[in-house]
Amino acid sequence: MTWRSPLALMRDAILSQKAREKELRSLVSNLPFEGLGKSKQPNRFFKSNAIKTNKYTPLFFIPMNLYEQFHRLANIYFVGLAILNFIPVVNAFQPEVALIPICVIMFLTALKDGWEDFRRYQSDKKLNNTPCLIYSRKEKRFMERRWKDVRVGDFVKVVSNETVPADLLLLHTSDPNNVCHIETANLDGETNLKQRKAISGLCTSSNVFEPESFNWTVVCEKPNNNLNHFKCFVEKPDREKTGAGIESLLLRGCTVRNTEHSVGFVVYAGHETKSMLNNNGPRYKRSKLERRLNVDVFFCVLLLFIMCLIGSLGHYLWLKGLSDVPPFLVSDSKGHLDSPGLSSFYMFFTMIILLQILIPISLYVSVELVKIGQIFFIVTDVDLYDEETDSRVQCRSLNITEDLGQIEYIFSDKTGTLTENKMVFRRCSIMGTEFAHKENANRLALLEETTESEENVIFSQPSPSSQASWYLEDEDFNPVDTHHHGSRRRSKMAVNAQSGMAFSSPLETQVIPDEKLLQQISRSERSSSRNSDPYMDFFLALAICNTVVVSMATTQRPRVRSSSPSHQTYNSLESFSSLVKRWNIFDTPKRNSSPIEDSAGDDANGVQPCSSDPVTLSARPAAASEDLCYEAESPDEAALVYAAKTYGFTLLARTPDSVTVRVPSGEELVFEVLDTLAFDSNRKRMSVLVRHPITREYVLYTKGADYAIMELLGTPYAEHLSGQQKKIATDTQYHLDCYAKDGLRTLCITKKIVSGREYQSWLVDRKRALAAIEGREELMMDSAVQLETQLTLLGATGIEDRLQESVPDTITALREAGIKVWVLTGDKPETALNIGYACRLLEEEDLVINMSCKNKVTCISILDCTLEEVRRFHADPRNVDTTQKISLMIDGDTLAIALSPDLQDRFLDLAKRCRSVLCCRVTPLQKSRVVKLVRDKLKVMTLAVGDGANDVNMIQAADVGIGISGQEGMQAVMASDFAISRFKHLKKLLLVHGHWCYTRLANMIIYFFYKNAAYVNLLFWYQFYCGFSGTAMIDYWLMIFFNLFFTSTPPIMFGIMDKDVSAEMLMGVPDLYRTGQGSGEYNFLTFWISMLDAFYQSLVCFFVPYLAYQGSDVDIFTFGTPLNTSSLFIILLHLGIEIKSWTVVHWIIMLGSVALYFIVTLAYSAICVTCNPPSNPYWILQNQMADPMFYLICIISTVVALLPRYTFYVLKNSVAPSPLIQAKHLDRMKPSVREMWMKEWRSLRGGMEVKESRLSTPPSPTLETSVDFYPGFGDAASFVGDDLSLNVLTDQKPVDT
Amino acid sequence: MKEEGNLENRPSNTAFTQQRLPAWQPMLSAGVVIPGFLVIGLAFIGIGVGLLITSRSIQVLELDYTGTETNSPCNKCTTLPIQNNCVCKLNFTIDTLFKGPVFFYYSLTNYFQSQRKYGASLDYNQLSGDLTYFKSPASDCDPYRYANGKPIVPCGSLANSMFNDTFKLYQIVNGKENLVPFDGKGIAWWTDYNIKYRNPDYSPLENAFNDTEKPVFWSKPAYKLDTSDSSNNGFVNQDFLVWMRRAALPNFRKLYRRITEGDYKDGLPVGNYSLEISYNYPVKSFDGTKKATFSNVSWMGGQNEFLGIAYLAIGSMCVVMSVVMLIVYAKFRFPEDD
Repeated sequence: MTWRSPLALMRDAILSQKAREKELRSLVSNLPFEGLGKSKQPNRFFKSNAIKTNKYTPLFFIPMNLYEQFHRLANIYFVGLAILNFIPVVNAFQPEVALIPICVIMFLTALKDGWEDFRRYQSDKKLNNTPCLIYSRKEKRFMERRWKDVRVGDFVKVVSNETVPADLLLLHTSDPNNVCHIETANLDGETNLKQRKAISGLCTSSNVFEPESFNWTVVCEKPNNNLNHFKCFVEKPDREKTGAGIESLLLRGCTVRNTEHSVGFVVYAGHETKSMLNNNGPRYKRSKLERRLNVDVFFCVLLLFIMCLIGSLGHYLWLKGLSDVPPFLVSDSKGHLDSPGLSSFYMFFTMIILLQILIPISLYVSVELVKIGQIFFIVTDVDLYDEETDSRVQCRSLNITEDLGQIEYIFSDKTGTLTENKMVFRRCSIMGTEFAHKENANRLALLEETTESEENVIFSQPSPSSQASWYLEDEDFNPVDTHHHGSRRRSKMAVNAQSGMAFSSPLETQVIPDEKLLQQISRSERSSSRNSDPYMDFFLALAICNTVVVSMATTQRPRVRSSSPSHQTYNSLESFSSLVKRWNIFDTPKRNSSPIEDSAGDDANGVQPCSSDPVTLSARPAAASEDLCYEAESPDEAALVYAAKTYGFTLLARTPDSVTVRVPSGEELVFEVLDTLAFDSNRKRMSVLVRHPITREYVLYTKGADYAIMELLGTPYAEHLSGQQKKIATDTQYHLDCYAKDGLRTLCITKKIVSGREYQSWLVDRKRALAAIEGREELMMDSAVQLETQLTLLGATGIEDRLQESVPDTITALREAGIKVWVLTGDKPETALNIGYACRLLEEEDLVINMSCKNKVTCISILDCTLEEVRRFHADPRNVDTTQKISLMIDGDTLAIALSPDLQDRFLDLAKRCRSVLCCRVTPLQKSRVVKLVRDKLKVMTLAVGDGANDVNMIQAADVGIGISGQEGMQAVMASDFAISRFKHLKKLLLVHGHWCYTRLANMIIYFFYKNAAYVNLLFWYQFYCGFSGTAMIDYWLMIFFNLFFTSTPPIMFGIMDKDVSAEMLMGVPDLYRTGQGSGEYNFLTFWISMLDAFYQSLVCFFVPYLAYQGSDVDIFTFGTPLNTSSLFIILLHLGIEIKSWTVVHWIIMLGSVALYFIVTLAYSAICVTCNPPSNPYWILQNQMADPMFYLICIISTVVALLPRYTFYVLKNSVAPSPLIQAKHLDRMKPSVREMWMKEWRSLRGGMEVKESRLSTPPSPTLETSVDFYPGFGDAASFVGDDLSLNVLTDQKPVDT
Repeated sequence: MKEEGNLENRPSNTAFTQQRLPAWQPMLSAGVVIPGFLVIGLAFIGIGVGLLITSRSIQVLELDYTGTETNSPCNKCTTLPIQNNCVCKLNFTIDTLFKGPVFFYYSLTNYFQSQRKYGASLDYNQLSGDLTYFKSPASDCDPYRYANGKPIVPCGSLANSMFNDTFKLYQIVNGKENLVPFDGKGIAWWTDYNIKYRNPDYSPLENAFNDTEKPVFWSKPAYKLDTSDSSNNGFVNQDFLVWMRRAALPNFRKLYRRITEGDYKDGLPVGNYSLEISYNYPVKSFDGTKKATFSNVSWMGGQNEFLGIAYLAIGSMCVVMSVVMLIVYAKFRFPEDD
């Protein structure tokens, strides 16, 4: 490299900064500049692909790490004190010694940081040196290079199963359709294949791509972290622009599958790639406990200040009290004595140094260590491990474990959180006729039972014909002994084994067709108007209108898991498939001629790259269709495609430009896809515009939420049906409502025939929108809305989304734990209500207030009236404790009004009087607004749980965000603090781990404050006997060791391992969770009580030896030794009183601490003859240990100091035991007896409620329009048998004793 | 599909990771603690009685010779300006045999040896006999570091302010004064005398102190502290060592001599005694008092009733508590506490 002037370097730096900041970037190929100097490179301003995530360099590690650490206020405080100690007039100890604690703490932190950073460095190095293929002009071929050599503007070739090294604009692939399949599991965890399309307009006829001929300019936006958006256009030399989006971008970190090779142009490299911009590392949240802790640290500072003031004042009075200069008053070298005022001013600072450990220096470090330990135990919990996905619970935020124990409100998503998000086609309505698919329903019930009966004998009377049992699966399957646990689960696993792959379990893929509908189809098949028959259209729409990718089982990607169903379920499946075969007798298909080659003027659509020959496709053996594997982004789509397949409309292939469908007649139709209007949450629908191969019509198939579709309906389907159009819509709407009441997800399917002229004019707008960079989303949406009008309703589908296992049980338990559960869903009110009953969010006897209004005025009046009713209901003395009997149901529009600033207080007032709240049809933004409102206004701890991208806002808004790693990708998980795989895990996570973490940490912190206060006060009391001169009666080294070694590990162990009540009790009696809610165990009172106790204990610990040695010839350190020793015993035994269960670890650490104290002190007293002058502990402890008085003093001061606390605990536990103590009592009993008690405990609460609800009269529904009763609503509610709640307790673990 | 046992992420199912380690869960309830309280109570009462008896058996005789009262024989020494060789005599009578061995202490009140800067005002390296520190004592010794341009040895306030009253005890038998022999050996800590404080390896010791100054308040240099015993000089002088071990509390006593020899081996017999004090140490500046104390010692040191009383009180309290607990237990016990 040639030398360049610093000026040029600076100019370059400024230029590159400017180039990077620009909103748009123009990139050209590097190849013409190959071999030229760096200054000649056109893309030199952009980052290279080498990544560096390590923060430090070896050279600057120390200053940089120090800088990082000094961001902590506490560290600055302690360093400040240490520096203060170097000022001669105020120093209390040897200055160097004062630095030790802070140095040790900072050294440990630096060690931790350094180690983490080194690991990052190593992984970076490995990644940077991964080989990849870059085109070289000199060699005229792709050369093997390293990832770090990739630059913006290079051409990179990626072969199958290789990872993409940088963000590539796809230019060419080996696929004839110029598509490339990628898997983004590394990025977002989604395992389904996604299609990426090479940028159009470049396709050359030859199979080989010539990078050197690439002479376009790529203009793309500034790098951002949105994985689903990319805006870019390519400018050809002739100024023609072609737009490209995320569908042409291969992201760094993705894996290429099913595509032999593909070539891309590097647009972003290294840290500017989307995956790196998304990589933010763990997030730091401040937990409620820590906020409270900071307040108490402040109190400690105040206390310290007061103590120092007392010391300084005392020194002043002491000096004033001396009539002359006594021999023990030391003047400076010139024999000059400071005035009492000045020396007491200095004394103030000396006191700060002396008493500094009142502010617990190691508290922050200890809390961090404790949290690491707690996270370890959460993560290693076998009960929170999901075998199906082989995933543990993930703790993504490292410092809010204790918040899990304080939750008061849970906001839950419905789909994928409460439900499986495994969609099963259940029924459909076509042209106003309902096809109930009864056999299909029976089959589902049957399939459930086969798996059920294997493992669960509790439901010994299955009713095969009832729909009821579908959600009973694993109802009360409490994790019992984990040894059995695994094997029991296995059979169930087999059923769902393939669910890791996209939705291919037999349950979801196979549908028994409805007989009536089959006949209808075969009738249509024969009819003359078969190409415009609504039944045919309906299924064509199901098959076409989606983004499902077809992959053949034979050409699967390598990581595919084999898919043989296990023998347990095999029999039922076999009988089922024979059933299918029986139904699948179609009339002999009439062969149609292959599609006529089109000649319509759509050359504007770019190049037609692929001639997907229908003949070759149809030549495939029919059996091939059985091996088809559908991979969908949303499970609904797959379910619909499978449903269509059942009726003979098999989706065979999908490329960006065409869809191949085999119709029941056996012929394969190739639809040319003109455009896909993708789903978005505003439109709530998606459309596919295709050209019918036979009729040559432009057909738009749209499917979407019923309310989004119904208002877009236009002209009748065909002229002869004109009068019926309205009837169809009404009938379909009626069916939709029925579906929703059954808890099914509904979709409307429509069709529209677009005239050629209309299409051409729309196409112009569309292209403009595509090429736009500014406001592209809006333009795209506008163009979509423009086309989606005047739709013709074909029918509707009902898809079932099964409830996850143990959801009702979990919700019941959470509610018993005093947590209010809100469900926020985008679904219809009826669906939401139904799920609400099914998961026992709502009870049959509940009063459900249904709020739904269109404008603000009615909303206000309804809100006021309801509030008045509810208040009156509560004011009724008979309903004192029945707050929980009312539930609120509100829809998105009403919610928007209720959340307005002037109404939100009233809304909250109403909502907090309700046991549960259901919000339906809410947008993601509303979800987060609700969470924020409740969190900020009610000042409660909130938890949000969800699985999809639409829950991200809510998850981030809540105090604790929980992501469920499920079917909908990882966005929720990425945003979450904790990630679990099943909703039921929430129960143990909160009730057991939350409770433990909170109790442990709260007690540990209280103890820590106590410990420091108790110890420091000893020094303070001594000031009264040394003229407030800042003398310590304990050797300073021993004081440091006392805090750093002798008494530091027990509280940490206590914070990690203490167990107040067993997990079984906490799970069995959720009521115990309430102890942590609100201010919990760590509050103003407990903090000050323990501080007072610390004062008392230090008084005892100081004055017992004082009175015993009064008037004797005891010297300073001889006096300090029993103080130090007995305070060690007091502090450790105090912890011993607090520890609820002693394991072998506890014993080792406690005894080890005592042993360490004696060994270190004895060794130190024996070795240190003149070290650390002027203090000199030589042979002191040895001398003391030979004196019986030493032991007598230690014993009595320890006993007297601990007696009050011990007695208080004993009396409290006996006279007025807290629920936790009662639970602990139960814990000690035999399992059988204990279960009886636990049941009694729960039923005591439940029974009380029932009794009271009988007494009370619910408010009269004066507002008929707004207040609706749902007494025993729907059939779903009646599924909920009483036996469920009773059985919850039957499978408890045996006690460990 | 995953094979059985191919669950890589499955946490290990051990008692430790699942937090199911066998544990002892003490239950703090009335029923459980009754025996504990009773045992501790009785044991404490026993110890208390023992301590009290021991403490009562110790005889103590304190003689205040500060001389602030005008009728005190030592009053004359307080009015004078600081001077040497003011001698006063205190007469006292012993009614019962003062059992031996008798320890003779001097006591100071309101004297803050625990003052921080005072305690730091010395040089341990010098006191351990390191000659380099004879020439340049540590700065801690200020303002008693140099005098007349020469380094002070031993330097510092602590050494400088060494207690310099001396005592002689006479028994008056038939008007004749019989000197009671004092034993000044081994009154300091063994480790101080043998390890911590060392004289420089010079013979005669005096030479090591060339070019040094004695502490300002001292009347004679360190190597001449004990004229009768040459090994009791320099830094290992017993009186010096006793003084250098700083008292923890402002009212303290320090061992001066023991009475272990001759006729007085078994104690001081009944009779009249006279204590001859050469009064040198000024106490007016800190409003203190000076006392001469005779005491005999037991295994628990000097007389102190506090511990005995404390043990008795706490012991009885524990016994009472155990009764209270019994009542509580009878009234509030858990049904399963059988």
